[in-house]
Amino acid sequence: MKVLAALSGGVDSAVAAARMVDQGHDVTAVHLALARNHAGQTGSRGCCTPLDAKDAKRVADVLGIPFYIWDFSERFQEDVIDDFIAEYAAGHTPNPCVRCNEKIKFAAVLEKGIALGFDKIATGHHAQIKLIDGKPQLFRSVDHEKDQSYVLSVLTSEQLASSLFPLGDITKAEVRTEAQARGLLVADKPESYDICFIPDNDTAGWLNKQIIASAGQIIDAESGATITTHQGAHQFTVGQRRGLNLDKSAPDRQARYVVGVDTKTATVLVGPERLLSIKTVSAYQPKWTSGKMAVVGSDVTIQMRAHGAQLPAKITRADDVIEVLLNESTRGVAPGQTLAIYDQDRVIGSGTITATGR
Amino acid sequence: MPYFDHAATTSMVPEVQKLFVEHLTQAANPSSIHNSGRKARAIVEVAREQIGRALKTHPSHIYFTAGGTEADNLAVKGLYWSRQKDKARPRILVSAIEHHAVLDPAHWLEKTSGAIVELIPVNQKGVIDLDELTKLIAKNETDVALIAVMWANNEVGSVQPIEEIVKLANAHQIPLHVDAVQAIGSLEIDLSRINLDSLAISGHKIGAPHATGLLVLRNGFKVDPVLHGGNQEPEVRSGTINTAGAAALGLAVELAVAKQAQHAARLQALRDKLIKEISSLVPDCVVNGDLENRLPGNTHFSFFGASGDSILMLLDQQGIEVSTGSACSAGVAQPSHVLMAMGVDLFHAISSVRITLGTSTTETEVNQLITKLPQAVATARLAGLNVGKKEAVKE
Ligand SMILES: Cc1ncc(COP(=O)(O)O)c(C=O)c1O
Repeated sequence: MKVLAALSGGVDSAVAAARMVDQGHDVTAVHLALARNHAGQTGSRGCCTPLDAKDAKRVADVLGIPFYIWDFSERFQEDVIDDFIAEYAAGHTPNPCVRCNEKIKFAAVLEKGIALGFDKIATGHHAQIKLIDGKPQLFRSVDHEKDQSYVLSVLTSEQLASSLFPLGDITKAEVRTEAQARGLLVADKPESYDICFIPDNDTAGWLNKQIIASAGQIIDAESGATITTHQGAHQFTVGQRRGLNLDKSAPDRQARYVVGVDTKTATVLVGPERLLSIKTVSAYQPKWTSGKMAVVGSDVTIQMRAHGAQLPAKITRADDVIEVLLNESTRGVAPGQTLAIYDQDRVIGSGTITATGR
Repeated sequence: MPYFDHAATTSMVPEVQKLFVEHLTQAANPSSIHNSGRKARAIVEVAREQIGRALKTHPSHIYFTAGGTEADNLAVKGLYWSRQKDKARPRILVSAIEHHAVLDPAHWLEKTSGAIVELIPVNQKGVIDLDELTKLIAKNETDVALIAVMWANNEVGSVQPIEEIVKLANAHQIPLHVDAVQAIGSLEIDLSRINLDSLAISGHKIGAPHATGLLVLRNGFKVDPVLHGGNQEPEVRSGTINTAGAAALGLAVELAVAKQAQHAARLQALRDKLIKEISSLVPDCVVNGDLENRLPGNTHFSFFGASGDSILMLLDQQGIEVSTGSACSAGVAQPSHVLMAMGVDLFHAISSVRITLGTSTTETEVNQLITKLPQAVATARLAGLNVGKKEAVKE
């Protein structure tokens, strides 16, 4: 099989590519140049810097496979960075890694690879693909702590059919040991947790430069009274408690949280923790990774954040809109987050959260 | 294996390689006073004289460096610094299509030393605009530290009107640095006829080893050193002179100059054939750069709707090696500053492929490329451009 191995310069994708070579595939490595502006981005961040490109190239050399750099920075700007800004400007909380998988890695890059004669793309994601009744199904990694099936839950079954995740059956610790044994210098490279296009991890500061904010009011969700003003609604996320700078404390001396953000009117609603608690979630733009729509009335588990809790729920609607009813209420869910639906460890699909209800 | 990236580097000339290896085996420091030291020094000086004869300039004008990049840095930084001694001259006039080895030192001086970098624009063919240069000088000729214009461009192969530029610079007594890295061996360089002040050459583009090169410095202009230490190239550069490298460079320059006319004619014929055939076989493609004033071995196409990196990969898989721009910009995502300066749009830039011929290029290789390239372009077009929806609509 002709396999296109995406090498980020990190340890996971390196071992994934090595395993593909071991399996006898005809492997070609590509490193994606995603960030255009490298100013302020020094050293290695596990992705998207010239140093990472160099590390990736060295991995390909050691594996003895061809290596190319594909410049997807235009697409990345439009589909991931601009989307990230627009979502925040709309008061949502997007996950750029989900978007990058959806629009770049398993869309633009995969399509290009297929057009250029490759059969599949292999990445270092921690997740498993198993064939069930001849159909590829996405499962959590054996390493539940490092599992990345959540950020892959936006893949369609067609995209899944063209993907390989060679690391799904080993743990992160085993990946590092294997990298060491293979003599790959990226074996002990630190992990990147932050957003690759934000230079100093200061998401709020970065967003402030991108979004022309209009000042607005912070309103008590229960009484409707104006408490104070703010400098831009995009700076607030549902569930946030810190950084509110409320001068008047709540009458009941309870801590107050952001419970709603409306960027159109530049209004931020705050209230007691109780108001954060939700029991229903609606999402749109469903993606059925499993190839089948979720069944209304079925019991599932849902996850709404990378490495977030796995919550039991029931599907109440599944067409162009997904609705779920949680068995127990949860809190702090913001529009824009991805709702991933699981049948135990298997991903059924996902949608982008539009609303929540109590 | 058909190799079409001679502008990036070319293989060593066999005679040069032989000489280089011979000298490598001797333990001798050309700065030592004893017998073997003197012998090594003689080898270096013979090479210097050999280069002086080939370029028609006095050997004392020649300083050995560890490559083209160092020679360019030495010229730009060194001239800039030495020109601040008697009076502040903050302006550096540099062509917009210079190699990064010239552009980056200039921008670095702007960041660190109060320099003001002014880019000399080029036309659509990648040739600098003499009127604009005249205007830039006329703004205030007394505060220009130096002018830097390359003899020929490494990406699109456009040859610059060096004689006119030299006349302009001479008339205003402003030192002119010329990066001749791509020109040497391909174009006639006769320094007895062209009174330029500073000239950079790199060894590995003409069959000498990597990391050999030289700076010619004349007309009384001085550079402050970039490297300080043992003062081996007095007042210009420190560092033990690469004896074997100097010898190899000496022979390589002599041979490149001696064979220039014949070499250029041969490459030009192959190049013209390549351009003619590809232009007729592949729809929707253009040749970037100047068709007349062009390096004999340079071809630079844009194949609309295909991305250069796809074409490169498809050819590489078949053992045919081309480039998408200059090798130096291949690390990170950046559209070529040369193409941008020529005013082309992003699609045009990302669909470009550079094909450069050299000494080892045969007609058989060129024919192989002509047979393989059209299919590679067709496949690459199916894969599309790596750009978003906005651009796709514009197409
Ligand atoms: C025009 C030009 N200047 C300078 C250089 C740098 O020379 P070197 O590789 O010897 O440092 C190159 C080589 O890429 C070049 O093409």
